Amino acid sequence: MMKEAGMPDTDAAGGRRIGVADLVAPSPATLLRRRILRHWGLLIGGGILIAIAAVALLAPLLAGYDPYDQQLARKLIPPVWHASAKATWQHPLGTDQLGRDYLTRLVYGARISLLIGISAMLISGVIGTTLGVLAGYFGGRVDMLITFIVTTRLSMPVVLVALAVVAIIGSSLTVVIWVLGLLIWDRFAVVMRSATQQVCAREFILAAQAVGCSTSRILLTEIAPNVVNHLIVVATLEMAQAILLEAALSFLGLGVQPPTPSWGLMISEAKGLMFFDPWLISIPGVALFLLVLAINLVGDGLRDVTAPENRN
Amino acid sequence: MLAYAVKRLGVALLVALTVSLITFSMIYMSGDPAIAIAGEGARAEDVEAIRKFYGFDRPIAVQYLDWLAGALKGDLGRSYTLRQPVAGVILARLPVTMILGASAIAFALVLAIPLGVVAAVRPNSMIDRFALALAVVGQAMPSFWFALTLILWLGVHWRLLPITGSGSWQNFVMPAVALGYYVTPAVMRLTRAGVLEVLSSDYIRTARAKGLRPMTVLFKHALRNAIIPVVALAAVQFGFMLGGSIVIETIFQINGLGYLAWESIQRKDLPTMQAIVLVLSVIYVGLTLAADLLNAFLDPRLRVA
Repeated sequence: MMKEAGMPDTDAAGGRRIGVADLVAPSPATLLRRRILRHWGLLIGGGILIAIAAVALLAPLLAGYDPYDQQLARKLIPPVWHASAKATWQHPLGTDQLGRDYLTRLVYGARISLLIGISAMLISGVIGTTLGVLAGYFGGRVDMLITFIVTTRLSMPVVLVALAVVAIIGSSLTVVIWVLGLLIWDRFAVVMRSATQQVCAREFILAAQAVGCSTSRILLTEIAPNVVNHLIVVATLEMAQAILLEAALSFLGLGVQPPTPSWGLMISEAKGLMFFDPWLISIPGVALFLLVLAINLVGDGLRDVTAPENRN
Repeated sequence: MLAYAVKRLGVALLVALTVSLITFSMIYMSGDPAIAIAGEGARAEDVEAIRKFYGFDRPIAVQYLDWLAGALKGDLGRSYTLRQPVAGVILARLPVTMILGASAIAFALVLAIPLGVVAAVRPNSMIDRFALALAVVGQAMPSFWFALTLILWLGVHWRLLPITGSGSWQNFVMPAVALGYYVTPAVMRLTRAGVLEVLSSDYIRTARAKGLRPMTVLFKHALRNAIIPVVALAAVQFGFMLGGSIVIETIFQINGLGYLAWESIQRKDLPTMQAIVLVLSVIYVGLTLAADLLNAFLDPRLRVA
């Protein structure tokens, strides 16, 4: 690189000495760490997500009450920022129409959302990744068949099918998890298929095939490490989608059943009171929004830092 | 082009057929449909009578083919609770959902395309960042909660718009916004990416070198090509929206297909549920087919497949 004229030479003046660290190129791990620390979306999203996960794990310690404990004598206390004589620090977010502490229900609701998001994402991840990798690796007829299955799945409206199935076989937490998991694997399959196709075109796969590696070995040790960053990004997106879908199902009365503290259900139960006590729907709504926002920010951030050349 | 079209049509028909098979098997998901209709604790002879009346005593393959043949002729069975043909009920409700879907997609395009274009013309500017923030926020908001918030502010607090019903055009403003905003991020990102790509191409450089005005280059030369994938995406998203309108229609009590679906789910009216899933899926298959053919017509490179 050419040195610009007029730049003071700080080296001799004892300003800045060139150390070994400046000459050695930083390791990939260092570069990754630097990119992570410079990515604001990832840091903010990760922070919110860790906070919500911590709240969910420590729910019994943080919540002052039992989420199912109904005390009609203390029903509909507004949150503390509300200009009302009833507002009290005993119930910082107030109480609901059955006199249950709203903060407690919100904290336990984080468990439900995260549980459903992670479980449904794992189920759909296993199905979608298997289909996508098989389609991408084998191509030909296998690819045609799997693409057909994906197209068929995409043409069926998710919310409607989920509602109908839950209505037919009865709703419970387990049913909601399985129905969502079995429905939202399409993006896993699509992304894994094209990622696998891209990796398969590289020479080291041909080399592995040439030296006689078994198919399972190629899939697990050659392809898997190279598609795993795509997998993580899709996983976050699908987790966010599962959480939103559970909330929508619960809101329509066909998801998690009362009195389970689910954020969607809390909004549904407070719907009739929203004109008089709007905070009953805004508090769980903001919680849902923050959780999904955090997961999406983490997903977008991970895509940026793991594949910086693919930005835009 | 013809070979591609025929092949694509064949796939679409096969998908529709598979969907019909899955939809049909929904009846048997809960076990014995006759018991499901009769209700628990019904007498055995009542269950038998219902089994005969609805033809559940025939082999399943015969039932499916019979149902499929009916569906092809426009007979989607009889509703358990409304006591009238399902097809008529669906036809009566479909236009409302179509209007809702069309207004929602119109709202999304009107908001997303200009933002996407500006974001691409001035990358990393304030507007680009604002558009990105809008997309990130939009994707994280639960649609039903956004709808309730709209009702609370626009409907109750400021009294600008009616809260429920589907009588006048004002009734459709809030539902269209609540349904359409969810599509804006995708449309915006695709518009931005498309315009960015086209703007860096050679023919745009030529157009600029000829001394054409920047606006002419952008709208007459660049946007025309950048917008093609957006049209296809809009068609696909329209199909998604028809399926997603169940939440919005229930909240705003709009008497469309989504609300009908919710009613039939509440009453466990299986033939209506089945028919709605089938109709929406077939509409979606039709839309994606149209989008693919349009894309292939406009861009010959896509015809290989």
